[in-house]
Amino acid sequence: MHPDFTAAPYIGYVYPNETVFPWGVLIVVYPYLTGLVAGAFTVSSLYQVFGLERLRPVAHFALLTSLCCMIFVPTPLLLHLGHPERAFNAVFTPHWTSAMAMFGYFAGFYVLLLMVETWFVFRPHIVHEAQQRAGPLGWFYRLLSLGSYDLSAEALRIDAKWILTLAIIGIPAAHGLHGYVGFLFGSLKSREWWSSDLMPVIFLFSAIISGVSLLTVLYVLSCRLRRIPVDADCVKGLGYTVWGFLMFTLLLEGVEFGSLVYKGREGIDMILLFVRTRLIIPFFVLQIGVGAVTPILILSYLFWRGTAGRKLVAGVTLSALLILLNVIMMRFNVVIGGQEISKTGVGLLSYPWVFLGKEGVFAAASVLVAPMLLLLMMVRLFPPWHESEPPRAL
Amino acid sequence: MAATASALLPDPGRAALPASPAAPAGDAAGKHQWAFGVDATKCIGCLRCVEACKAENEVALDAHHFRTWVERYVYVEGVDEPRIDSQSDPVNIAASGSEQHYRFANRYQEEKVEKAFFVPKLCNHCTHPACVQVCPTGATFKTADGVVLIDHTYCIGCQYCVQACPYGARFFDVENRVTEKCTWCYHRITRGLLPACVEVCPVGARVFGDRNDKQSPISRFLAENRVEVLKPETGNAPNVFYVGIDKDVR
Repeated sequence: MHPDFTAAPYIGYVYPNETVFPWGVLIVVYPYLTGLVAGAFTVSSLYQVFGLERLRPVAHFALLTSLCCMIFVPTPLLLHLGHPERAFNAVFTPHWTSAMAMFGYFAGFYVLLLMVETWFVFRPHIVHEAQQRAGPLGWFYRLLSLGSYDLSAEALRIDAKWILTLAIIGIPAAHGLHGYVGFLFGSLKSREWWSSDLMPVIFLFSAIISGVSLLTVLYVLSCRLRRIPVDADCVKGLGYTVWGFLMFTLLLEGVEFGSLVYKGREGIDMILLFVRTRLIIPFFVLQIGVGAVTPILILSYLFWRGTAGRKLVAGVTLSALLILLNVIMMRFNVVIGGQEISKTGVGLLSYPWVFLGKEGVFAAASVLVAPMLLLLMMVRLFPPWHESEPPRAL
Repeated sequence: MAATASALLPDPGRAALPASPAAPAGDAAGKHQWAFGVDATKCIGCLRCVEACKAENEVALDAHHFRTWVERYVYVEGVDEPRIDSQSDPVNIAASGSEQHYRFANRYQEEKVEKAFFVPKLCNHCTHPACVQVCPTGATFKTADGVVLIDHTYCIGCQYCVQACPYGARFFDVENRVTEKCTWCYHRITRGLLPACVEVCPVGARVFGDRNDKQSPISRFLAENRVEVLKPETGNAPNVFYVGIDKDVR
């Protein structure tokens, strides 16, 4: 057998070509990353556009998080492609009937928007550093200032208008990007597990909860690292946001699954066998039980009891960690699970785990860790913390 | 036959493109309308078609990459569902002793078989191909004469088309890092030859021809038989027409 593929074992009957999985764990990471982008941007917008003041401590941090994740979104795709050097074929000569051809435009537009908004948000800091620092870092900030050193009240007012405008445009852009990822799967009629009109909406809601959760965890972690108290009110705001969206996500997933079973189209027997056997741990236990129901119960209890302070922060952070597990399991169960159900409708494949190589688990994990390392560097270059700043005048 | 044709044609596995300098220009005007017929009542499961296809098109000689394959449906007494396997089933590979040669093992000797038949499968060259719809670069396209082809110089290897094909007809060529599938031997049919699988079939279970020619084998096949297509509910409108298959064939 060729060393570049691992054939999957199966039961029942599967088409011979199906024994090689087209998409592996890298394609699990891809929607996970875009989800984090959309979710983190949501938090930023809740403050910038909708004026949710309690999210102010994480608003600029959310923007940086979104940007860092977005920069790495194409990475899993490029690693997966047979010919990554031809990736721009889809951009320069797109095939307009293909949903995938839109990726370059969606992603390109959104990353540009994120960069411009980030530039406006951090312009005062960039100007300050450009004027204060010497050496290579000074050059870096002076280059980044683009020659715009005006920090007068009028200039900052114009900046604020730009930030608001970009944040408003960014809402449909970020959510469109992720809804589009859901459409990539939902629009395929070849796989019953994917072929659902609800898929883009479910992807969108799960994106929001993953981004808000990541931000919660990173914010609390950053406070610990910076040895400053966590803003419990901010964490409560994040908790409320994720609580509401999580309930919607769970409801939508339930409706989708119920609809699939109720319609009971051809191949449903194999799907139900798949659900009853293979999905017990990854879906029912990890995704639904541990990742969704448990955080809903924890958050409901915290808010019902009016818990505050350290207990609230600990409870919301724990819930956020569980929700991050929920969403990665959701991505896994969709991407890998969909391919485990044979197109014959009478066979089940087992995903052959690969750890090394460009499409292995380590590569996928590296793609997930890379944005966090970039974020670590970015928060040093562009401190997003607001502790010493006065509240924004809306 | 296959070896001779391969020797005559440059890069046989890749000669599917009209743009290929050594290949004929194809049928840009759509003078022909190619179609394929399968008479499952005739197929004896000898698998010469599968081996000829692999040789003709230089398909990887393993049990996981096929441009065409044959399925066996066996209905055993007392069991409602058929037992289905293909030449790539591990039991059949063990019987052949190699992933490079194919045969169906006589695995139902001890069973009372009520009904059994073979079904050759291949790309359906659909009228509304989902693979063409989803290809982000247009590397997969449909020719005017009704054949779905892949431009291997433009394919990025995303495998979205592999996912979109409801028939499992596409696979990823790990050597060349592009998607592969049956081309109805486009390099042969544009030279007036038959696809390799049709040519080697000893019983005439595979029929190929031009639907615009009313006297062609495929036109007569379609006129003389009640035919059906696989998974019509997908809306892909396949152009491989079957005779003699059962409700369990998907």
